[in-house]
Amino acid sequence: MKFVAPGRKDSIVAVESRYDNFIGGKWLTPTEGKYKLNLSPATAQPICEVADSTPADIELALDAAHAAKDAWGQTSHANRAKVLNAVADAIEANAEMLAVTESWENGKPVRETLAADIPLAAEHFRYFASAIRAEEGSITEIDSDLTAYHFREPLGVVGQIIPFNFPLLMAAWKLAPALAAGNCSVLKPASPTPWSILKLAEVIGDALPPGVLNIVTGPGGAIGKALAANPRIAKVAFTGETVTGRLIMTYAAQNLIPVTLELGGKSPNIFFEDVAAKDDSFLDKAVEGLVLYAFNKGEVCTCPSRALIQESIYDEFIARALARIEQIKQGNPLDTETMIGPQVSAQQRDKIESYVDVGRAEGAEVLVGGHRVNPGGEFSDGYYYAPTILKGHNRMRVFQEEIFGPVLAVTTFKDEDDALTIANDTLYGLGAGVWTRDGNRAFRMGRAIKAGRVWTNCYHQYPAGAAFGGYKISGIGRENHKMMLDHYTQTKNLLVSRSEKPLGLF
Amino acid sequence: MGEVLTATRAARDAVRRLRAARGGPVMFVQSAGCCAGSVPMCFDEGEFPVGSNDLLLGEIEGCPFYIDAALHKAWGGMSLVLDVAPGHAEGFSLSAGDGLRFVTTGGKS
Repeated sequence: MKFVAPGRKDSIVAVESRYDNFIGGKWLTPTEGKYKLNLSPATAQPICEVADSTPADIELALDAAHAAKDAWGQTSHANRAKVLNAVADAIEANAEMLAVTESWENGKPVRETLAADIPLAAEHFRYFASAIRAEEGSITEIDSDLTAYHFREPLGVVGQIIPFNFPLLMAAWKLAPALAAGNCSVLKPASPTPWSILKLAEVIGDALPPGVLNIVTGPGGAIGKALAANPRIAKVAFTGETVTGRLIMTYAAQNLIPVTLELGGKSPNIFFEDVAAKDDSFLDKAVEGLVLYAFNKGEVCTCPSRALIQESIYDEFIARALARIEQIKQGNPLDTETMIGPQVSAQQRDKIESYVDVGRAEGAEVLVGGHRVNPGGEFSDGYYYAPTILKGHNRMRVFQEEIFGPVLAVTTFKDEDDALTIANDTLYGLGAGVWTRDGNRAFRMGRAIKAGRVWTNCYHQYPAGAAFGGYKISGIGRENHKMMLDHYTQTKNLLVSRSEKPLGLF
Repeated sequence: MGEVLTATRAARDAVRRLRAARGGPVMFVQSAGCCAGSVPMCFDEGEFPVGSNDLLLGEIEGCPFYIDAALHKAWGGMSLVLDVAPGHAEGFSLSAGDGLRFVTTGGKS
């Protein structure tokens, strides 16, 4: 089926002409009254205007968050869990509306937002509602008269800067643990994708006490630093690229606050020869596992963007994969038949194009794609790029740098040692995939690959409860697991003596 | 091997205009990784703390351009060309002027 584009007659998504910041439970006009056009990447046509905020708006959001933080931090775990579950209920009740909104603004196909982004976002709030409900402190009896109590207390107000590739799901990943732990958030959406998060605020705003969630939209250069370097935040969380990651750590160092960072990857997806030992459903799954580089048009930090295929099965395996890629339907992101939509922006598409040129210049062979796509009609100006495979070797720049598009770099390996060497020959360590029918080999490889997540005989699954985060330059800290509550709390120790006797030192 | 860093005329013009507008030199730091990775980030000089593992690739109009040494190596020591393109600055970067952003393209290694 095809959903009607937001704002048009009979669409399930209502669109206002302009959107303000969501601060203290209210919609506040940006201080300087400026707005910026927000485009759909499918058509390059405007959806709406959003606030083009300035540092003064960040201060307003921080005022609201600080006004709310004591009451929210003292709210019982049971009641915070109730609020998080109400947020999840609201997301589920508006799932189709949010899915269409997210697809139209980001370009990702609605089959993905319906099946993954939106249900996972709701699930994430439920997971942290449960985790905080079951959270306990600890008690240590140091001796018969001395007891150490450990309480987890919220940090206060946190700054969260989220990426454009999964605007709603990444907002959920960052907000759910922060709010569950009793913090208030000032959240800055990515510049290309501010609107869906504002639509989320319309849906969940009433479930949250005013000031617990505050959203300020605008360019990173103007308000990113105003948030990340602000002495009124107690922690900063960021997903994005390495230079901004380093800059955020610098600001955090200046304020002596903790950071969590997720900075991308160049994830190897390794196919051992035994996957082709039988022509069965598992082989089919493995072939799809390779093609998952095109998931969300490759705009995924964990995009399996390096395929390592054992040389003995290379010809057969890549032929099957290429046949599958031929079947990919590209076009209207609101058509449930569409498998790949436009890149998020023209500049993202241009960057992908220039990387494919770099690959060609380095001598990589283009097995498929390597060009823009024009789906025709109203999508003629959309930012479409064909799913592409470049065959080469791991020393090429297209094997070393994250392209953030539907571009797979493929190479072969001789044996397990060779596969491991290639897999780890990267600055990054976010994700990896291992495909084999040999359980012992899967375990060995999984432990030896230097990455925070090794999908084993699967890829691109993101269930709440499976820790996610980077080794090496891919980041610091983890998301998507109850250990996040540690990232968003500080430990209070009460050391209590029941002895009536003086120490006797003075 | 030629110069490791060059700039197009449009990029040089943009850097000169930016210098004048900011009242002093700017600096470039090559980014990598997720989202806006691969983009040269532009800041007022001194905003980004350069570390001992950062390599000074060269200067454009008196403005230094740095890259992480490990990244430079991973990219095969590729020379880079600073250019401008339509679009918005990403991350916390300064823009290259009205409706323009800085980009790097690969030169010959």
